[in-house]
Amino acid sequence: MITSPLNEVVEKETAAAKPKCLRCCVAAGCLSSGSLAVKQSLQASVTEAGLQDEVHVKGVGCMGLCSQGPLVQADPDKVLYTGVTAESAPTIVSALQGAKVDLPTTDLNHPFFTLQRPIVLENSGRIDPERIEEYLVANGYQALYAAVRDMTPKDVVDAITSSGLRGRGGAGYPTGLKWALVAKTPSHQKYIVCNADEGDPGAFMDRSVLESDPHRVLEGMALAGYAVGATQGFIYVRGEYPLAISRLQTAIKQARRLGVLGSQIFESGFDFKIDLRIGAGAFVCGEETALMASIEGKRGIPRVRPPYPAESGLWGQPTLINNVETFANVAPIIRNGPDWFSSIGTGKSKGTKVFALAGKITNTGLIEVPMGTPLSTIVEVMGGGTPDGSAIKAVQTGGPSGGCIPAHKLDTPVDYESLASIGSIMGSGGMIVMDADNNMVDVARYFMEFCMEESCGKCIPCRAGTVQIHRILTKIHEGKAGQEDIETLEQLCEMVKSASLCGLGQSAPNPVLSTLRYFREDYTALLPKASEVTV
Amino acid sequence: MDRLRFASVWLGGCSGCHMSFLDLDEWLIDLAEQVELVYSPVADIKEFPKNVDICLVEGAVANEDHLELIKQVRENSRIVVSFGDCAVTGNVTAMRNPLGSSKSILQYVYLETPGIQGPLPCEPGIVPVLLDRVSPVHEIVHVDAYLFGCPPYPSVIREKLTELVAAARNESAPVAN
Amino acid sequence: MAVKTLTIDGTLVTAQAESTVFDAAHEAGIFIPSLCRLEGVTTTGSCRLCLVEIEGSNRLMPSCILKVDEGMQVRTDTPRLREYRKMIVELLFAERNHTCAVCVANHNCELQDLAKSVGIDHVRYEYTFPKAEVDITHERFGVDHNRCVLCTRCVRVCDEVEGAHTWDISGRGTNSRVITDMNQPWGDAQSCTSCGKCVQACPTGALFKQGSTVAEMQKDRTQLEFIVTAREKKQWIG
Repeated sequence: MITSPLNEVVEKETAAAKPKCLRCCVAAGCLSSGSLAVKQSLQASVTEAGLQDEVHVKGVGCMGLCSQGPLVQADPDKVLYTGVTAESAPTIVSALQGAKVDLPTTDLNHPFFTLQRPIVLENSGRIDPERIEEYLVANGYQALYAAVRDMTPKDVVDAITSSGLRGRGGAGYPTGLKWALVAKTPSHQKYIVCNADEGDPGAFMDRSVLESDPHRVLEGMALAGYAVGATQGFIYVRGEYPLAISRLQTAIKQARRLGVLGSQIFESGFDFKIDLRIGAGAFVCGEETALMASIEGKRGIPRVRPPYPAESGLWGQPTLINNVETFANVAPIIRNGPDWFSSIGTGKSKGTKVFALAGKITNTGLIEVPMGTPLSTIVEVMGGGTPDGSAIKAVQTGGPSGGCIPAHKLDTPVDYESLASIGSIMGSGGMIVMDADNNMVDVARYFMEFCMEESCGKCIPCRAGTVQIHRILTKIHEGKAGQEDIETLEQLCEMVKSASLCGLGQSAPNPVLSTLRYFREDYTALLPKASEVTV
Repeated sequence: MDRLRFASVWLGGCSGCHMSFLDLDEWLIDLAEQVELVYSPVADIKEFPKNVDICLVEGAVANEDHLELIKQVRENSRIVVSFGDCAVTGNVTAMRNPLGSSKSILQYVYLETPGIQGPLPCEPGIVPVLLDRVSPVHEIVHVDAYLFGCPPYPSVIREKLTELVAAARNESAPVAN
Repeated sequence: MAVKTLTIDGTLVTAQAESTVFDAAHEAGIFIPSLCRLEGVTTTGSCRLCLVEIEGSNRLMPSCILKVDEGMQVRTDTPRLREYRKMIVELLFAERNHTCAVCVANHNCELQDLAKSVGIDHVRYEYTFPKAEVDITHERFGVDHNRCVLCTRCVRVCDEVEGAHTWDISGRGTNSRVITDMNQPWGDAQSCTSCGKCVQACPTGALFKQGSTVAEMQKDRTQLEFIVTAREKKQWIG
């Protein structure tokens, strides 16, 4: 069913496939622990052994278990080597030839792997992110082909709507509704924007998707462009992600060369271009109106909504903004049908969610699980609990906008409503595990310092309120606060939450409010005893 | 009826608030029927007394003597009133705060300013030691009522005092803010 | 002309369809406080003082941007809004060094008026006492960052009325500062036409005419209104 020029590429690629493959992770996590040297060493050993026609050494994206990198997977043996070094790499090649070796590997039957349901990450760690050919072999751009040849734009919007997909950037707005709104707003020019300004401390889901499977995002954006009638897309990616930027640049070039981006895509009347815009590191530029201002070349500060971007976005035109993971879900939905997608997950939260596990957890890394998976399954069964076996005290979700969930609430399923009901948010997917060593006042203070420094300064509640909240938290931390300070803190948090202009300020008090709700004893323990108060 | 025990103290300020208080002229005679002045910069009393009903505090807390006195005031007074902008906000007295610690201020004033050749004043026990940060009174002790203005107008002082005297007479009534 | 009927604080109000809730309220004699709003330039909704409650929504909306709607029920003066306004103004006083007693705009200051109208008698938050500069390099005007509330009126009036865009903001969060040109001293800012509109637009003593002493700097907004009316309606009335 693939159109002929792409078919040729797929056939050629399939014909050239070698029986064995060594997949070496070259995403940022493993790269930083030296995986490039590992890959070179593997390649040299293969050449030395004269196996170049038999063994394919390739760089792939993230395989998930970042804490144990560099990772190398041997196919078809299904062995995942961990902590590989340039020195140990030749041994892997000899293992491929049947030698018995003693190298650290990890159990691929561990729940960390078996309980995952990869949709967004289906190609991650499997294909070479720098080659469009491999994406095509993995059914890439088939959905786009099917859409522009066999579906009307409305069909595409309807498919997304009935799939039940919701925004993966944090708020969980129904994606189909947003698309329909942009589609029906009349304009001679509409825009698609991919929000890749992932800024939450401890979150690296989007980076990983961009580094591991950039074409999936491009295809999702092109499908969105077709669905809503946009011809120009922008990916706003933060400057701190140089590898993601370079892989996106490569991917866009390749997609243009093969004609899956550009004019008259698949010989239809559909034109779609994608350009990159590099952010300069302001957290607030992840807020959609600030992000658009930044793309327009203005100071990246939010503005009051409404009007929403769907009506008046980039340069005043209707604009569809979704985050990386949302776009990454689009092609599989079109390819496999909305019913397939909506069969995964819970009643109101469909599909899967990618989480970045960090903090006091054995298996630090990236996982993708069906919506509705209990938090305890994620952090205890898949994540393996804390490294020293101590009890988990709290799990922080949603970064500086989220909240701390106490251990006794870990049976909560991860879906938008359940997390909101216990004072946190789904957020973009950062998950930080904490144990008894983590004082919740310090945790709240850390996130508040982050918000204070990242506040753009436009509205007073966020600009000056976060400063005062941080001061009170510092006072409590230093043991100089009284009960009345906690009251002032709560009042300030409520005000900043209700009165701030954008999502940054409105959610900044969440870490304080949720820790006050579940870990109040951490606060009161720091208040001086009544007998110590002098005046 | 017994007269209320009334005091006023002068911390880091210019005494303009006390001048404004004295500008109440003959009303002070009426006030004297209600209150007995037990401590004030305008009266020669050495120790801050006990069981004061109302105390007006002029000025910000700028040195260690202020700190000691304001704590005595709080311990011995039912109603503490921040009297004027220095007490309420820090005002002019606190304008040195953005310039850094007391050491850098003294250095700037006594050594770096043209025409003054030092030395740095250092007479512990005689010259009160400056605090690093000038604070409004309510940052140090609990304050029951506020009277802002630089200085507060006599009419405003009169209105507030009338209210506070009534409140102090009626033990159970909450003190107006 | 299309009109909408809405209820503001229990009073039925009729307003033009394109009117904002803020304007509709003021026309009906209902006062809503604001600091960033300035007649004749775009609204930013950033001071959050004009937030109002709308029946059926739990989101507070800036009335200076919110358009009137048929049957809308607005509350502008609930205990919650009053408390928030008070907190916001207190936060401003704690953020910079607003020493009214020595300020050129004393008694002619919108921030001071606001503090009185929302009932502030002291600030519950710790004063931050930031180190802020005073720039008097301009031959006629000066900027005192100690008094700035970052309302961006100067930025907007310079860009939208004078067309010079000398002013903008640098930095972020509480460290934001209004700057002239590319953060040069005002006297070196070549784009400045010395028209003084920013000085008239400034709600506090942050922008002032040189030579003004305490409480002497009176702002004259009629100059701005004159220009805007002249441009928009072609009427030259002072």
